[in-house]
Amino acid sequence: MILHPSLITIANSENGVKVGSKKFTESVILGEMVSQLARSGGADVRYLKELGGTRVLWNSLLRGDIDIYPEYTGTIVEEILANEKIKVDKELKSVLAAKGIIMSDPLGFNNTYAIGMKEEVAERLKIKKISDLLKYPDLKFGLTSEFMNRGDGWPSLQKRYKLPQKNVRGIDHDLAYRGLEGGGIEVIDLYSTDAEIDYYNLRALEDDLNHFSNYNAVLLYRSNLKEIEPEALNEILNLQGQISENDMIKMNALVKIDGEPESEVASDFVRKKLSITTQPKKDTFLNRLGRNTLQHLFLVVVSLSAAIIISIPLGIWAYKSEKMGKAILGVVGIIQTIPSLALLVFMIPLLGIGATPAIVALFLYSLLPIVRNTYTGLHDIPSHIRESAEALGLSAFAKLRLIELPIASRSILAGIKTSAVINVGTATLGALIGAGGYGQPILTGIRLDNISLILQGAIPAAVLALLVQGLFDLSENFIVPKGLRLKEE
Amino acid sequence: MIKLEKVSKEFGSTTALYQTTLEFLPQSTTVIIGPSGCGKSTILRLIIGLIKPDGGVVYVEGEVLDEDNLNFLRHKMGYVIQEGGLFPHLTAKENVLLMAKCLGNGRTEIEDRMVELCKLTKFPVDALDRYPVQISGGQRQRVSLMRALMLNPDILLLDEPLGALDPLVRFELQNDLREIFQRLGKTVIMVTHDIGEAGFFGDKIVLLKDGQIVQLGNITDLVNNPSDPFVTSFINAQRTRLESII
Repeated sequence: MILHPSLITIANSENGVKVGSKKFTESVILGEMVSQLARSGGADVRYLKELGGTRVLWNSLLRGDIDIYPEYTGTIVEEILANEKIKVDKELKSVLAAKGIIMSDPLGFNNTYAIGMKEEVAERLKIKKISDLLKYPDLKFGLTSEFMNRGDGWPSLQKRYKLPQKNVRGIDHDLAYRGLEGGGIEVIDLYSTDAEIDYYNLRALEDDLNHFSNYNAVLLYRSNLKEIEPEALNEILNLQGQISENDMIKMNALVKIDGEPESEVASDFVRKKLSITTQPKKDTFLNRLGRNTLQHLFLVVVSLSAAIIISIPLGIWAYKSEKMGKAILGVVGIIQTIPSLALLVFMIPLLGIGATPAIVALFLYSLLPIVRNTYTGLHDIPSHIRESAEALGLSAFAKLRLIELPIASRSILAGIKTSAVINVGTATLGALIGAGGYGQPILTGIRLDNISLILQGAIPAAVLALLVQGLFDLSENFIVPKGLRLKEE
Repeated sequence: MIKLEKVSKEFGSTTALYQTTLEFLPQSTTVIIGPSGCGKSTILRLIIGLIKPDGGVVYVEGEVLDEDNLNFLRHKMGYVIQEGGLFPHLTAKENVLLMAKCLGNGRTEIEDRMVELCKLTKFPVDALDRYPVQISGGQRQRVSLMRALMLNPDILLLDEPLGALDPLVRFELQNDLREIFQRLGKTVIMVTHDIGEAGFFGDKIVLLKDGQIVQLGNITDLVNNPSDPFVTSFINAQRTRLESII
């Protein structure tokens, strides 16, 4: 077994800076800047990009699995610390400090919700601010379903500005842009730093009644970073107040629309704005494929082996004792119904991020097919064969080893095969909690709407699933006894 | 010596065997006969310990059958069932040798015994490496019999061993089996529903109905001195159609 070094060092390396980012482009670019600056400040840097979401990042920061990540003040107030009912930003800093977390000064831009229109339409109708919309009750709105349902979304916005428009539909964000182009809709919701604002030549309307909360970009970091890597932190904090909304929109556009790598975009910005030269890390296709393959195999092999070792005895136990059987099959069945993403997130407070929680989750998902097939295989042995073994006077153990398990072997193997194929597929989700694997290019590909990147993860994953299946098909010739593979003559 | 003393057995709400006392004489063949569901297989399964009596005691070789001596006593009994009960993943030879190997018996001893049994059961030695699916039903019963005889047990329990065979094979095997029983002098208990077979094999016949013994005796007793009209109707029902036509 080859242990990929990056897989074991996540949770416990003392020195260096572990940077995290969320799985959308802006966060990835900011994380890239932080990483490069930390590196130029002389620190060893591990950059865990595209992690699952706010909860994953926040919990990892608390645990120390990451040291720093970009966040938005609105998200901290409304989501992370929603129970603390924070009113003022000053309060925010002290509440965070009590948890050992420091919030940097704002980086400069505010990525809040905004209401947008095509520049030329807005210009023609002379709409600059949201209250200008009052004059045009016939405008057609296309809003994302998230915005329709949020506390600060459409219902409260409509109340606040007394907007008269009745023609409002829910629509997918990407389709909304196309709807604007085609003229089917005229007003949409957007994030104020969306790359598409530039690309589609949109106007973000001024929120003149201050309806939307501030989503000022900041960096959250662990208070001990000051002691561990003071120079790196100093370099990183150079970003404070330096990134304008326009800067961010441009960088988002460079990555999302022009397809430039985040590392280059981040490096260019840092050099131009802060006059700091950094080394963006180059990553070739083969490099990536090799790394992802190793990580993916590691996840699958470890979790599947553990599942096989545990599941077969569990299946035997379930077969031997009817009561335990119901309990065991019930529990592994329930595990299977937990949504995989939820299971991964549950695991973070216990196991942090990286390969460990991913392996535990994959292990849990691999149990059911093997346990059930072991149980069924043993249970379905015809009674005349079972009784013949007993009547011979074989001990319970000899009966299991010499008669029952060999006869059930085909069923058990089929269970393992099912688990393996599911495992290879599910392991792609590991990327959401920093475990890497083929999920990484898929995540990036989805984020950048880049089919070729998605395929760089999806094709190897499919090939691996087929290989694994083929391997088990072959092993049938060695594992399933010959007498069971013969046809009646 | 095998003895049932006031043994009863229920399956759920149905009584398979009412309080029954029955002794089987050593080195003789007893046939248990009766209609389906009369409890005849239940008696064999109680003796080999596949099921436990709800009341009463089963003695095998003079010992009360219980958990502790069960496997030990099973090695002194051979058990053959209708489907043969051969392990499909083992060859004929592996089936026959399985238990002896588990007990760690000597190799030459085992091999010699194997050849001896092939001769006895008229099973072709070159078919020993075939798997159960590769041999005929009659051959399978011969293998099953070899497996039962491998440890040279004193007792042989046969549960409708010929029930699934076609008439010609069955006729041939009946002759072979009787010859084997006579030669080996084992205590044989055989279950069948065929009165002709019962008369052909049995020194003594036990006729069961609804879990109770109706009559116990040899075939002449059953025909000439029936204890119950049921005995006569059971026998007459099986006189062949052929006889009544020609």
